[in-house]
Amino acid sequence: MPTIWLVLVLIALSITGFFLGRHRALASANGNSKDLHSLPVYYGNNVALTALVPALVVMAIWSMAQPLIIDSRVSSMIPESAIDEGSTRGLVMSDVRRVAEGLNIAVAEGAMTREQAHDLRSGFSDIRGRLGEVGVALGSEVRPEVLRAAQRYRQASSTGNLAMTIVVALTALAGFGWSYSRTHKDFRARNVVERGILALLIIAASLAILTTVGIVLSMLFETRNFFGLHSWRDFFFGGTWAPNFRGDSELSFLPLLWGTLYISVIALLVAVPVGLFAAIYLSEYAGKATRAIAKPLLEILAGIPTIVYGLFALLTVGPALVRFFGQGENGILGVEWMSGATSVLTAGVVMGVMLIPFVSSLSDDIINSVPQAMRDGSLGLGATKSETVRQVVMPAALPGIVGAILLAASRAIGETMIVVMGAGAIAKFSLNPLDSMTTITTRIVSQLTGDTDFASPETLVAFALGLTLFVLTLGLNVLALYIVRKYREQYE
Amino acid sequence: MNDMTVVDNTVETQSIKIAAKDVNVYYGEAHAIKDVNVEIEDKTVTAFIGPSGCGKSTFLRCLNRMNDTIDICRVTGDILLDGEDIYDKRVDPVQLRAQVGMVFQKPNPFPKSIYDNVAYGPRIHGLAKNKAELDEIVEKSLRRGAIWDEVKDRLDKPGTGLSGGQQQRLCIARAVATEPEVLLMDEPCSALDPIATAQVEELIDELRKSYSVVIVTHSMQQAARVSQKTAFFHLGNLVEFGPTGHIFTNPEDPRTESYITGRIG
Repeated sequence: MPTIWLVLVLIALSITGFFLGRHRALASANGNSKDLHSLPVYYGNNVALTALVPALVVMAIWSMAQPLIIDSRVSSMIPESAIDEGSTRGLVMSDVRRVAEGLNIAVAEGAMTREQAHDLRSGFSDIRGRLGEVGVALGSEVRPEVLRAAQRYRQASSTGNLAMTIVVALTALAGFGWSYSRTHKDFRARNVVERGILALLIIAASLAILTTVGIVLSMLFETRNFFGLHSWRDFFFGGTWAPNFRGDSELSFLPLLWGTLYISVIALLVAVPVGLFAAIYLSEYAGKATRAIAKPLLEILAGIPTIVYGLFALLTVGPALVRFFGQGENGILGVEWMSGATSVLTAGVVMGVMLIPFVSSLSDDIINSVPQAMRDGSLGLGATKSETVRQVVMPAALPGIVGAILLAASRAIGETMIVVMGAGAIAKFSLNPLDSMTTITTRIVSQLTGDTDFASPETLVAFALGLTLFVLTLGLNVLALYIVRKYREQYE
Repeated sequence: MNDMTVVDNTVETQSIKIAAKDVNVYYGEAHAIKDVNVEIEDKTVTAFIGPSGCGKSTFLRCLNRMNDTIDICRVTGDILLDGEDIYDKRVDPVQLRAQVGMVFQKPNPFPKSIYDNVAYGPRIHGLAKNKAELDEIVEKSLRRGAIWDEVKDRLDKPGTGLSGGQQQRLCIARAVATEPEVLLMDEPCSALDPIATAQVEELIDELRKSYSVVIVTHSMQQAARVSQKTAFFHLGNLVEFGPTGHIFTNPEDPRTESYITGRIG
């Protein structure tokens, strides 16, 4: 039975449970809901949740554990001789899974009967061809060991699935029966449901945290692999980024870090003054009507996909800059400082535009949260509006604004699309903002796209770069929190 | 109200500092102040009393044009400070507010050091030529605020770290530092405990020597204790205005009598 049906049945059971539970509770109180400990809905919810949630949890755990167990069982069936030189057990296992999956599809589409699939023998019939017909492409002929393993795999999977269905159904029924039998007018259904909801919320919160931990761990493992293949000295202290696939790449992240920071600084130079002034205008000076129109308009900027900003950089800002700083005699300034549209300045300016709404929207909220009493106090002393903003409102809002800026900075460092399209691809140390440069994110994209081999340092370096980026933005966020706290102590 | 003591409210005739003529205030459609005429004397404490929402704070805020910061607020009539209309187009509200200082209901020290809080006004008005003069102004103001002895050793500490009563006295010192001619106080003791209130009231009596003080208060005892003149507001009307002793012992209007004896309010 496919999982989706199982889930639907569970939901149906749960809905039935809701009505039955509510009915039983009411019946136990002779239809008088005032005699119940909780509202009738709680009795229904109690039965519905007890039937559904444990069953779903069992199902989720089972679906995760089953492939792992079957994999380890089946892979021990494959003899050493079946593993080619240069290949690994993992690669053979992925063949096994592919064949098993192919057989499943073939059976499902009617290209083979169940018995045929079960009794297939390698060499006897053209498995590769037949699986190809149903859309499963195999790299080579299927060898007997692989085929046997695949059949074992199928068998174990179907047994496992059946067992799972039974166990899940039993869990659901047990939950249903237990909670239904407990339903009585004196049963404290409200407390039980409240606790159940608390548990659900805690699970959701821990899932988010566990995912983060998982991401970091996977990056850490791949990074360790990378440092197994490539010298860490070169990565951290080398001065050149020159990947090639001959095996003598120089992979130092320093030029990329330089490009990243340079572009981010330019972006912040654009975004912070503009965003901050916009926020001050909107929160302190603008009338209600202006604010109602201008604020959403500004926030639209935040909704533009970054790829569109990338196009803007490539097709509008870049060529415009070239017209100013390039083209020699034909250019506006008559100089030849810039040859192509991609440059640090192009990417930085466009990224700055992208960051304006982040800075302005956050700062606006923060400035608005400065108590009116502060402004009154200052105005009451005969300060002008701008004196009040500069000397009272801004200092009071500073920790929040610094936080907003650091948040914008960590976005700038992690931004990808704009720099992919606007910054160029040359990794170098240069102070000239009209040069094209490249960033960490751009290199991750280019190292992982195309035909890649996940055993070479040229590919794995992407994970080391990703981890670097993660540490960088994490550091910025921690710094932002620290600054906010420190100032809050002083001002509160 | 029998335990109310009316002491030392001697009224000497002083020159008129602020004269309001036919003042009306509207918040959008709402008519908050109706035809108020009042004359506030120099070197006198004038108390505005009345039930909540009667417009006494609104009227106080008209006296230094703090209502300008509220978009929907509209003021008609004349308010003369030393004979000049403060709502005249030529008058800069910023300058006016330096002359007519204000202390608010809730202590609102800036998130700065105690020193900078007091030095704020003198700095923006350029009252001090150098650091030494500024130090002098700060010390003088803090002494006038009756808080110098408590804070002289920690002038660089944030003003927000003081207790509520100290904060309010700091705010008074801050208002005094700009050398105003009139000091407006909007329920300055409503957020304070009795001891701090007593300190602030003592201070108000001190301040009377140099300034004209206008105080809005909810507490009739307070009005009786600190003021020489009392104005009773009710539903946007100025019902009665006269010497404090007279208002509390021998009110002319039945509404005033009802209020001070606790029947309305």
